Amino acid sequence: MKIKGAELIIRILLEKGVDTVFGYPGGAVLNIYDELYKASDRIKHYTTCHEQGASHAADAYARVTGKVGVVLATSGPGATNLVTGIANAYLDSSPIVAITGNVACPAIGKDSFQEVDITGVTMPITKHNYIVKDVSRLASVLREAFDIAASGRPGPVLVDIPKDVQQAECEYEPAEDAVEPQQYRNGKEAFVQAVKLISECKRPFIYTGGGTVSSNASKELLALAEKIDSPIGSSMMGLSAVSHDHPRFLGMTGMHGKLAASRVLSEADLLIAIGTRFSDRATGNKVEYIKGKKVIHIDIDPSEISKNIPAFVSLIGDVKSVLKKLVNELPPCDRRDWHQEVEKIRNSSDRRLEMPKDELNPQTLIQAVNRHAPKDCVVCTDVGQHQMWTAQYYKFSKPRSFVTSGGLGTMGFGMGAAIGSCLGNDRKKTVLFTSDGSFHMNMNEMVTAVSHQLPLVVVLLNNNTLGMVRQWQTLFFGCRYSNTSLERRTDYVKLVEAFGATGMRVSTLEELEPALEKAFAAKGPVLIEAAIDQDEKVLPMIPPDGTIKDIILKA
Amino acid sequence: MNSDEFILSILVNNEAGVLTRVSSLFSRRAFNIDSLSVGVTDDPKISRITIVARGDDHVKSQIILQLEKLHDVKKVELMPQTGTVMRELVLIKLNISQESRAGLMEAVSVFRAKVVDLTNDSVTLEITGERSKCNAFVEYLRAFGIAELCRTGLTAITRGPKTLKPDASV
Repeated sequence: MKIKGAELIIRILLEKGVDTVFGYPGGAVLNIYDELYKASDRIKHYTTCHEQGASHAADAYARVTGKVGVVLATSGPGATNLVTGIANAYLDSSPIVAITGNVACPAIGKDSFQEVDITGVTMPITKHNYIVKDVSRLASVLREAFDIAASGRPGPVLVDIPKDVQQAECEYEPAEDAVEPQQYRNGKEAFVQAVKLISECKRPFIYTGGGTVSSNASKELLALAEKIDSPIGSSMMGLSAVSHDHPRFLGMTGMHGKLAASRVLSEADLLIAIGTRFSDRATGNKVEYIKGKKVIHIDIDPSEISKNIPAFVSLIGDVKSVLKKLVNELPPCDRRDWHQEVEKIRNSSDRRLEMPKDELNPQTLIQAVNRHAPKDCVVCTDVGQHQMWTAQYYKFSKPRSFVTSGGLGTMGFGMGAAIGSCLGNDRKKTVLFTSDGSFHMNMNEMVTAVSHQLPLVVVLLNNNTLGMVRQWQTLFFGCRYSNTSLERRTDYVKLVEAFGATGMRVSTLEELEPALEKAFAAKGPVLIEAAIDQDEKVLPMIPPDGTIKDIILKA
Repeated sequence: MNSDEFILSILVNNEAGVLTRVSSLFSRRAFNIDSLSVGVTDDPKISRITIVARGDDHVKSQIILQLEKLHDVKKVELMPQTGTVMRELVLIKLNISQESRAGLMEAVSVFRAKVVDLTNDSVTLEITGERSKCNAFVEYLRAFGIAELCRTGLTAITRGPKTLKPDASV
């Protein structure tokens, strides 16, 4: 029996196990929305206030669930509004399928109403993209889109479907057998070399990234650390893979990493980098970063090997399976001397980095939220100082419980991400740390959270400035605060109340406790605005292209 | 060829937009590209792109690995400096009268070029060969005054029975 292209899209979504879609209706996707209406018992669609919010929600949903996130938007502005979200997913290797409508095929290229060449626009920020001009190809393209998004190194795929293709009829045939996942071949030699390097080294350091999280390889990672008696540090994207309290875990390394983690890393003679791409924010000066050490790089993407940091040995493949094999082949090691040295460095942490315990500041605030939040809570952030403080002070205990914009650094990511995270985590309590700068970018999505009564606890660190930029202006631009002091008069309590959410304002630790109790007991979204000093800094800080020797501990 | 130049042969799906995907990868990742030529192969579903690029070993390896990630790219091969037949075609138009053509036909014969169009006021020449030969011919013609010139970019194939076929597994 022949069905319409739009119905076919729904069938493929169901085939792929999709039950949640984020998006925004419009002229070029009316047919798809009509089919969504009929399938509303099987696929729940969440309409956001802006397509960008939907794209971040799909991205976060994918990170929290490990499934492919789906976002749907109309042609032209609908499609271009997805661009930041797609780029964000690309930089953080998050698997999403973006479906856009387009004008009918005969109208393409005529600058028709709401026409945009979205495949052209998104080419550099997708793993692959398609425009489907023949309905007979629609099913295979959509299936392939899901496979590409989820396989190998995950990432976004966009499928652009002109309106007449949605209306055209074709046969639906159920999926053929699933494609075999790509097998990665490492020469036997690579494992032999890796085992040799690890056995012979004196001071190993395991550096884990987002790939460990997306590969669900926490157990294998810890097994490796135990077997070779090594400390673990993490990139920001790698946070949550290892419980913050784990005795081997030193915390985040990099520009705003933990002092101890950065110090231990600099002392190491072997760096075992797992599922990470050595971003400039993580390494600082790349020559100094690897001075005196060899690097073993484990990643699923062969092009990451030696892209930023030269690898001595590389193991290509899914982190989980590579680690399993590696752990099996490794003899157990005992490195008592190194262990003692690591503990010494860990305990010699600089007192100047501690913020006062008896006042409301980023550290006490985030730690208080941490105490109140349930264990199975997902924590999201926007981008800026509050994001780094969250990465530094929040004790993540469960993989996939930290959702943040790493590579692209997208201010405005947070609200959409919190919505997607909450829905991906069975509508459980979800925390969003945000700031006055980031929240203003996409605060409209608070409306969406209210519509669906999502239990979000939005903690807004208000310092009336673009704090991270101000910090750089203080340190590197002679305190010339060009356009970062925000003369905004927003009353956040009234604002979110107008949207239908609950708002509270705190300026002391005493006020914070009851506010948090109320917020975590609430059914719907709550915003807590917390006053923060505008000269509070994110420390330590290794300046751009700097080394551990340049680390700033007190500004 | 300069020492940091290399030739890549790339088999791609013969589909709309593939050339853009390949060329935009070069600009996005700041790779240097000297020439690019493309055409369909004996299999109408597959096109072959020949790229002359520049860079050190690190850049070379990055270009190959990044190209291999493109979904429409079926195979990337670094062509060996020796054992590869390399050809480029150049068309050159000289707007010169019959009287000023002395010496021109001799050069055409020496370089084994061809006259492909001839009028009272113009001569159009075609030359095919390795780039150094084409360059030498073009340099020689400058004295006559080149009115228009176009080059196809290099295309290349290995000597001997070895062929470039998409991997069965891809």
